Amino acid sequence: MTEPVLEIRNLNVEYGLGDQAVRAVRDVNLTLHRGEVLGLAGESGSGKSTLAYGMTRLLAPPGVISGGQVIYHPEQGDPYDVLELSDAGLRRFRWAETAIVFQGAMNSLNPVHKISTQLTDVLEAHEPRMSESSRLARAREMLKLVGIAPDRMDAYPHQLSGGMRQRVMIGMALILQPQVVIMDEPTTALDVVMQRQILGQLIELRERLGFSVIFITHDLSLLVEFSNRIAIMYGGRIVEEAPAASIYRDALHPYSQGLLGSFPALRGPRRELSGIPGSPPDLKGMPAGCSFHPRCPKAFDPCGANIPVLGRPATPDGGARSVACWLHPTAEPVG
Amino acid sequence: MKYFLQRLGFYVFTAWAAITLNFFIPRLIPGDPVQALITKYQGQLSSQAIESLYVLFGLDENGSLWSDYVDYWKQLFGGDLGLSFAFFPTPVSEVLGDSILWTLMLVGVTTILSFAIGTGLGVLAGWRRGSWTDGLLPVTTFLSSVPYFWLGIIAIYLFTGPDSFFPSGGGAEVGLVPAWDVYFIPSAIQHSLLPALTILVSSVSGWILSMRNMMVTVASEDYITVAHAKGLPERRVALSYAARNALLPNVSGFALSLGFIVGGTFLVEIVFSYPGIGFQLFQALGANDYPLMQGIFLIITISVLVANLLADIAYLLLDPRTRKEG
Repeated sequence: MTEPVLEIRNLNVEYGLGDQAVRAVRDVNLTLHRGEVLGLAGESGSGKSTLAYGMTRLLAPPGVISGGQVIYHPEQGDPYDVLELSDAGLRRFRWAETAIVFQGAMNSLNPVHKISTQLTDVLEAHEPRMSESSRLARAREMLKLVGIAPDRMDAYPHQLSGGMRQRVMIGMALILQPQVVIMDEPTTALDVVMQRQILGQLIELRERLGFSVIFITHDLSLLVEFSNRIAIMYGGRIVEEAPAASIYRDALHPYSQGLLGSFPALRGPRRELSGIPGSPPDLKGMPAGCSFHPRCPKAFDPCGANIPVLGRPATPDGGARSVACWLHPTAEPVG
Repeated sequence: MKYFLQRLGFYVFTAWAAITLNFFIPRLIPGDPVQALITKYQGQLSSQAIESLYVLFGLDENGSLWSDYVDYWKQLFGGDLGLSFAFFPTPVSEVLGDSILWTLMLVGVTTILSFAIGTGLGVLAGWRRGSWTDGLLPVTTFLSSVPYFWLGIIAIYLFTGPDSFFPSGGGAEVGLVPAWDVYFIPSAIQHSLLPALTILVSSVSGWILSMRNMMVTVASEDYITVAHAKGLPERRVALSYAARNALLPNVSGFALSLGFIVGGTFLVEIVFSYPGIGFQLFQALGANDYPLMQGIFLIITISVLVANLLADIAYLLLDPRTRKEG
């Protein structure tokens, strides 16, 4: 395994303060390695977007980070904790090291400014010594990179289609050549054809430019295709993490199996789509023990009593994956 | 451009309709101006004088309604609005010319100031929501619900008096001739301070409230989060991203209030006996001065229309989404 670029350690995010607080992200440990695509999947409300906002410190009030570390390893120099950065340091870190492509392709661009203005103001903020003409040249170059004619520079967002807007956002995310790009359901608002096109392009760009991607989506089938490793979240915790192929072939956690069972396979015999009974847990009143046990078809005695820890399972490929489930009692906890 | 021409056409049509109404309404009111003058002079007019008044007002020749209407338009374009009864025989255009400058200076300047200050404070309060600035909101809500004229009466009661710096009414020291000189201008400013503050205090809160609320709404938009994530300086996010978008709905409000400069603050002018259009209308009403009323209505109509046109132009400049290609 290559060296890490972003390490999330024991991250906790809460909404609200005191007793009323809702813990949306619980003791999450996750490592993003250089050059890989890490998929993050889970139902709505499982905490995947909150995790992304938390590690970039973009949480809107009342969201607060109540503990943990986010260690960033720059290309040169010593690793540092993003959560400890000063306001000015955080501004320098943002976009230059970690850029984000957001869910709402339609609303991510400021409607009253031209595309060129919105591309160049990043450069203006981060590289003040760059000349106006080289900023524009760079912006044009980014548009070309994502397959938009450079003559659209002077267009306003409302003159572009949803797919084009999301391409502009991807171009904007790459303009400072960040090491990490977080994609928060980047293609949810787009049709399937456009989804595939944009993701394919992104993967191609990643191979050329060498950044790492955290890809957040509820669409596990997309992740299986596009990511190297997949982490599955449930109720604010990571319940399973493994290489994409392992998740697809033999997911260990019953929740992962449920997610996989809820979309059709392209090949192989026809089978009944099962889905997962019940609904996501209420973060205010989480069930005791494993939070999935009320919906779990395989729940047995210990599930309702104790929270399973994320650890290496005793399978042949156990060294490369981890799971938090009493069916796979762990010998060696991770994190 | 096509959009702009469409709007312009619409405004020309509205102006035509308003002016036509303005022509017909006085003719539907029973009595005529000569009758009104006769009553005013309580029978002291000789029959020759009455005859000559009919000639003077152009009522001697019984032309058709249509030819009257055509003449009315001709007069309008010649700037002739007829003669005022109350200030007989001064032409209405002259009476209006004197008073409109007073109103424009007082209410115009305060409206623009109020919008600028209120919007600025609103941006600040909206951006720093949840901090101490939220404590000011109940105060502004209270002030924005207080009527202008009541505030004016209170101001006169509290701040004017024999030894006070603030005069209780009028536009300038009695006896000074309006001119751009060192005697008239300071006196005019001194007289305008109290009415101006009255208007400012009661109107600025409205701008603060609406701008703050728009800021709060806009602050939750995705593009604001993106701007933060881009690591842009706080000032740029607040002004160029949030305030720039939050301003749009307020622009139309501002244009409306510009239109009401002439017609909206009668009561303040009346309370302070300020020699503006509103005070003039008050006197015209008291004196049954139809030509003057007609002239004032005309000015109010035109100013509302011009303000709306300005709002349309401002929108075209500020919001690219209203611009049509080609």
